[in-house]
Amino acid sequence: MYETCVVLFLFRSVEHTDGQSVLTDSLWRRYSEFELLRSYLLVYYPHIVVPPLPEKRAEFVWHKLSADNMDPDFVERRRIGLENFLLRIASHPILCRDKIFYLFLTQVFFFYLADSRLKALNATFRVKNPDKRFTDLKHYSDELQSVISHLLRVRARVADRLYGVYKVHGNYGRVFSEWSAIEKEMGDGLQSAGHHMDVYASSIDDILEDEEHYADQLKEYLFYAEALRAVCRKHELMQYDLEMAAQDLASKKQQCEELVTGTVRTFSLKGMTTKLFGQETPEQREARIKVLEEQINEGEQQLKSKNLEGREFVKNAWADIERFKEQKNRDLKEALISYAVMQISMCKKGIQVWTNAKECFSKM
Amino acid sequence: MDMNSFSPMMPTSPLSMINQIKFEDESDLKDLFITVDEPESHVTTIETFITYRIITKTSRGEFDSSEFEVRRRYQDFLWLKGKLEEAHPTLIIPPLPEKFIVKGMVERFNDDFIETRRKALHKFLNRIADHPTLTFNEDFKIFLTAQAWELSSHKKQGPGLLSRMGQTVRAVASSMRGVKNRPEEFMEMNNFIELFSQKINLIDKISQRIYKEEREYFDEMKEYGPIHILWSASEEDLVDTLKDVASCIDRCCKATEKRMSGLSEALLPVVHEYVLYSEMLMGVMKRRDQIQAELDSKVEALTYKKADTDLLPEEIGKLEDKVECANNALKADWERWKQNMQNDIKLAFTDMAEENIHYYEQCLATWESFLTSQTNLHLEEASEDKP
Repeated sequence: MYETCVVLFLFRSVEHTDGQSVLTDSLWRRYSEFELLRSYLLVYYPHIVVPPLPEKRAEFVWHKLSADNMDPDFVERRRIGLENFLLRIASHPILCRDKIFYLFLTQVFFFYLADSRLKALNATFRVKNPDKRFTDLKHYSDELQSVISHLLRVRARVADRLYGVYKVHGNYGRVFSEWSAIEKEMGDGLQSAGHHMDVYASSIDDILEDEEHYADQLKEYLFYAEALRAVCRKHELMQYDLEMAAQDLASKKQQCEELVTGTVRTFSLKGMTTKLFGQETPEQREARIKVLEEQINEGEQQLKSKNLEGREFVKNAWADIERFKEQKNRDLKEALISYAVMQISMCKKGIQVWTNAKECFSKM
Repeated sequence: MDMNSFSPMMPTSPLSMINQIKFEDESDLKDLFITVDEPESHVTTIETFITYRIITKTSRGEFDSSEFEVRRRYQDFLWLKGKLEEAHPTLIIPPLPEKFIVKGMVERFNDDFIETRRKALHKFLNRIADHPTLTFNEDFKIFLTAQAWELSSHKKQGPGLLSRMGQTVRAVASSMRGVKNRPEEFMEMNNFIELFSQKINLIDKISQRIYKEEREYFDEMKEYGPIHILWSASEEDLVDTLKDVASCIDRCCKATEKRMSGLSEALLPVVHEYVLYSEMLMGVMKRRDQIQAELDSKVEALTYKKADTDLLPEEIGKLEDKVECANNALKADWERWKQNMQNDIKLAFTDMAEENIHYYEQCLATWESFLTSQTNLHLEEASEDKP
């Protein structure tokens, strides 16, 4: 199955920590390679809110806009989205130093095999003591996704209707022109008014094209919501892992205690076989206690390091989430302001066209 | 709206009000003021129908009083129109609103339908009142002044239904002959009417469609603003911006609503009236042709000695007068009609343009003030950040 290849012309110097600059030239990449890069980043930087890719298929489309993935306008918007994705990584304090990212920008052959860790991201499990901050974050990302989806859907419908209003006015143009042929005094006024109706009708194409870019800005944050959820899931995974390890350690300690004191409270296979086939010898019991004590030691070490890992993760994740929040507030505010600017431009065009039309009508 | 006021036309948009004021300056010429209002439903065992109140104020001597109030139903208007056509076959009688509207009518008497009809009936009577000839028509006077029972008994006089139907059949048959000998100026007139009818019908459809699209746009916009409010609930730092955007969208929404109502009050009724006028004009042409055909057939009879030729010259003389009168009446009325049409169309479209300009100006102001508040906020924040 063929996808359209996206051409990237990367004329940029990539600076490494040792101050070395390398200029790269053009390189072809397709969408699936971007997906590979992102999967890699998700696994190796679990605490980072990884920038999202633009949509694979056109969604939230208002009907006149093509839903065809080969459509030149869609391809162009996707190109901008992919460029934006790379710029986001390049401007991230941590991600920009990644070696694989550098390879992506420079090496022709790029592939990354899916890690089993990636599969783990999609598993479901229950955590006993969830961290409230992460639960809140997950809740927020759900809300963000839901509200932006809703907004994009309604925006598409509004765009559809607006298109209708403008285009029907175009029909006046043709009829006025035909009518002007039989009118002596009104003829000129009708004809020129008709021309302005045509101008009005065709102005909507550019207006909605601009609005599509606004929609893309919102879409990016729709997909960012998923990236946020990924960080939460990773945290849950770690937490789950930690809880499992602690549980395992506790049960081993329990077993050890029972062996030492001679009481059997917990059910175990060994206990059953002991009952059936007779008590074990003191030497056997000593051996078992020793094994358990070793395991307990190991377990305690692991738990300690897991706890440390967990705290590190939370610290780093939260730092990136703060960074993300500021970026999001800036970007969304800018997007909303740009929406206002677009509306202003549309209104000014409208005033001009209708003022011209009014003049023509009044001269009839 | 106070329908008891001394207003010949209903004020619609600002521009048409200006025109109305100008009109009233000529009020020393105008001595007949009519309003149509207060639709009322009447239920009998046989049928349900609506009557409209008609108030007439006049200073004319031939009227017994200076103020009249009567109630009339659509049937009565139809009767009046028929009588006017009979009495003045080649004058351009104003059109009546349609009997039924086929598309999308579930209930015969829904409020919008009644209101649209009432406005059209008001226009109908006022157009007659403004017509130099029709305004003095006797049936018109009776229509405006007679009580219900007086009107019914008056209606019963005059040619019956069957004879009128017979007239119509003969009219259609003979009008075909009239077309052959139609003078040049009436050929031109006919061409104009045909083309005009085509174009005005198209414009009517386009205008209705625009209204429909604007309505659907409005319906979607209503949902658009509130989503931003919903969003603001989960964004602490963007609350104000999002709420402001929501209120801008709502204000633009209201402006759209106003634009829509402007369209439906100023443009749509005018365009539609001229659609009906174009049908009316075709009827007038037919009647003119029929009168000419009568003359032509008698002339033919004389030329080929088909019938008793003694009385023919006198009959022909009368018919020649009749044809000349009819043609002159139509020519004069045609000029008057064209002038009115130009004014009405010009006004209606200028109004529409005005509504659109106003709409965009309102929206522009809304978004510009949003932008200003955002940049002011930004400057405030920037100065706060400075130590």
